[in-house]
Amino acid sequence: MKQLRPFTIKNGLVVTPSGIAEGAVRCEDGAISAVGQSAWYDGDEVVDARGKLIAPGLVDLGVFAIDKPAFHFGGITRAALMPDQSPPLDHPARVRFAAQSGKPDFWVHPIAAATAGLDGTHLAEVALMQDAGARAIATGRKWIGDSGVMLRLLQYAAMLDLVVVTHAEDAGLAGNAAATAGEMATRLGLPSAPKEAEALAIARDIALAEASGARLHLRQVTTRGGLELVRSAKARGLSVTAGVTPAHFMLSDLALGDYRTFARLSPPLRSEEDRQAVIEAVGDGTIDVISSGHDPRGPEDKRLPFADAAPGMAGAETLLAMTLTLVRDEVIDLARAFDLLSRNPARLLGVNAGEIAPGKEADLAIIDPEAPWIVDSAKMTAQAGNTPFDRQPVQGRVTKLFKGGTQIDL
Amino acid sequence: MTSTHNIPASGRFPAGGRAFPHRDLIAIGDLERHEILYLLAEAEQYVAFNRQASKHSDRLAGLTIINAFFENSTRTLLSFEIAGKRLGADVVNMHAAQSSVKKGETLIDTAVTLNAMRADAIVIRHGSSGAVGLIASKVDCPVLNAGDGQHEHPTQALLDALALRMKLRERGHDAEDFTGLTVTICGDILHSRVARSNILSLQALGATVRVCAPPALMPSGIARMEIEVHHRFDDALAGADVVMMLRLQNERMDGQFIPSPREFRHLYGLTTERLALAAPDAIVMHPGPMNRGVEIDSDVADLESRSIITSQVEMGVAIRMASLDVLTRKTRQISGWGEGEWV
Repeated sequence: MKQLRPFTIKNGLVVTPSGIAEGAVRCEDGAISAVGQSAWYDGDEVVDARGKLIAPGLVDLGVFAIDKPAFHFGGITRAALMPDQSPPLDHPARVRFAAQSGKPDFWVHPIAAATAGLDGTHLAEVALMQDAGARAIATGRKWIGDSGVMLRLLQYAAMLDLVVVTHAEDAGLAGNAAATAGEMATRLGLPSAPKEAEALAIARDIALAEASGARLHLRQVTTRGGLELVRSAKARGLSVTAGVTPAHFMLSDLALGDYRTFARLSPPLRSEEDRQAVIEAVGDGTIDVISSGHDPRGPEDKRLPFADAAPGMAGAETLLAMTLTLVRDEVIDLARAFDLLSRNPARLLGVNAGEIAPGKEADLAIIDPEAPWIVDSAKMTAQAGNTPFDRQPVQGRVTKLFKGGTQIDL
Repeated sequence: MTSTHNIPASGRFPAGGRAFPHRDLIAIGDLERHEILYLLAEAEQYVAFNRQASKHSDRLAGLTIINAFFENSTRTLLSFEIAGKRLGADVVNMHAAQSSVKKGETLIDTAVTLNAMRADAIVIRHGSSGAVGLIASKVDCPVLNAGDGQHEHPTQALLDALALRMKLRERGHDAEDFTGLTVTICGDILHSRVARSNILSLQALGATVRVCAPPALMPSGIARMEIEVHHRFDDALAGADVVMMLRLQNERMDGQFIPSPREFRHLYGLTTERLALAAPDAIVMHPGPMNRGVEIDSDVADLESRSIITSQVEMGVAIRMASLDVLTRKTRQISGWGEGEWV
């Protein structure tokens, strides 16, 4: 699968951090060697982009399963795997195995479990896991309730220069909630938690990150109150970053009607007001990363009463198309869309990819941003079709994908 | 959705078409006002029927009704069983709380199993909101919701409406709905499916609804259901025509919601003194089971002229007979009920 000879993708619209320009991208030995107007060399293999976008492959920060067909469909060439596996990624050997599991045509960056068994109390061997290939540390699906444990974790992570990925929901308030407190949860009679559970958790984590000097990444920030805290932490110059998945900028808790378990997510869907706050935060730069949260769940987890169903959505295939709706709605421009999808997550993970520039890995996607298609939960390439966007018409599709300079069959 | 030709111009039952076009009875929220009134009118005939010495009909003879209760119940299960038997149906009770469900069978598999046994109606109680609707989507016969989690308990709201109507009629008020009436519902609103169904049903029938609970037992956003929300019982009682008390659902509480039952009684117990704040002759209701001395005092619960708590139980059988009768009409090929789509 090693790239055999240099090749050039020509005749495209190249997406770089500074903007979009007509041109070509040349790749040698699995890396980008030149970007420009006519970077075309005799003897190169030539791929014609036919006027479509030439974009960096997506770097998906925080997925729960390695689901290669779905990632490739969605233009994702690297994913950071959450430690919530069975068994959890709390041991160097498991991290090493996970780091190799997608190669060569997909790279997995394991995220080490912060605590042994993700129990929230005993620190795991994160330094050994870092040597085994872990690119970050995560608290998992849950928040660490014990502030003492969290502070020691952040201090340790700061020393290792690993980013700590947290799930921001105060455990005491969240309890076993399946929805955000409000009219919808009340009408449906679902166990619910106030939206303040998020801001409360974020406030503590930011305070401890400031005290320890650690890099903190809040994997999903979904409420106005939480986003406000992130905004002010950034203004104070802290290394705090925030992510979100398309569910929280595309849907509100109205999607819970009829007890659709594909809309059972963690954190739960929020009010329309919070959805608007998320869109605003993507627009003003408070949110740094959009990820899929890919978590394919079959009928045994989803064909259940709402509160009994497992949270999570299969998001890899729809990540790009949903993010492009923000471009069409003029919330962000294309260059920023790929900052959110590729460049920022790659930086957080410290990997040499995620943007089109000489020297970076040749992880490239040719994208037709207008191509229309309809999301269909029955026809997904993912391991399971639990998408909350079922039947939704969308635009934007990957037509060709390259990992390390090698074209992948789609 | 009700098809347009079935919607009457003015609260009256539609001419011609089926007055109740639903296959299932899952939620009051699915029903139109005239559909609620229709079920109440149908139930009235069974009230008189149930007061006869010989109370057996063969109306549902040959039909099999399964009562599948995934949550413990005494009165509701008994009420449905009596209703089915009085109509001549073969009634089978499945106590799912101690059955294969405990062996790991999924709810959907249980539903498919019940369906394969060719029941003609299934009555379901389940501890999760939405579970009854989920089962209904997987079976081919009418499904009646006997309570799903904290969502709805539609036959309870219907029997409450019928008991209230009967009491009002006894007092000489012959209106068919509750326009002008103020009803206060007090107690554990958060965990109560009875409260949710009653709010929707009473509102559909024209009543003004007040709810009263300490903040921890009041669902957030409930004011959006266009009701008055109170935390002080005295305010909620002022001038109320009907007071409906709910018990503390300790079995649904995840953590501590109030300091103690004693303190709950201090703030929210319906005592004779408190009842005096309501309208003169205000009617007292309780869906049962009561915790005497907590949310309601014995001398209030047993006030013969005011309390309709035992009448509620009686009306329960009539409402369930009417519901089973109406929902099985298509199966029984009753003239005028065979055509058209279920909604």
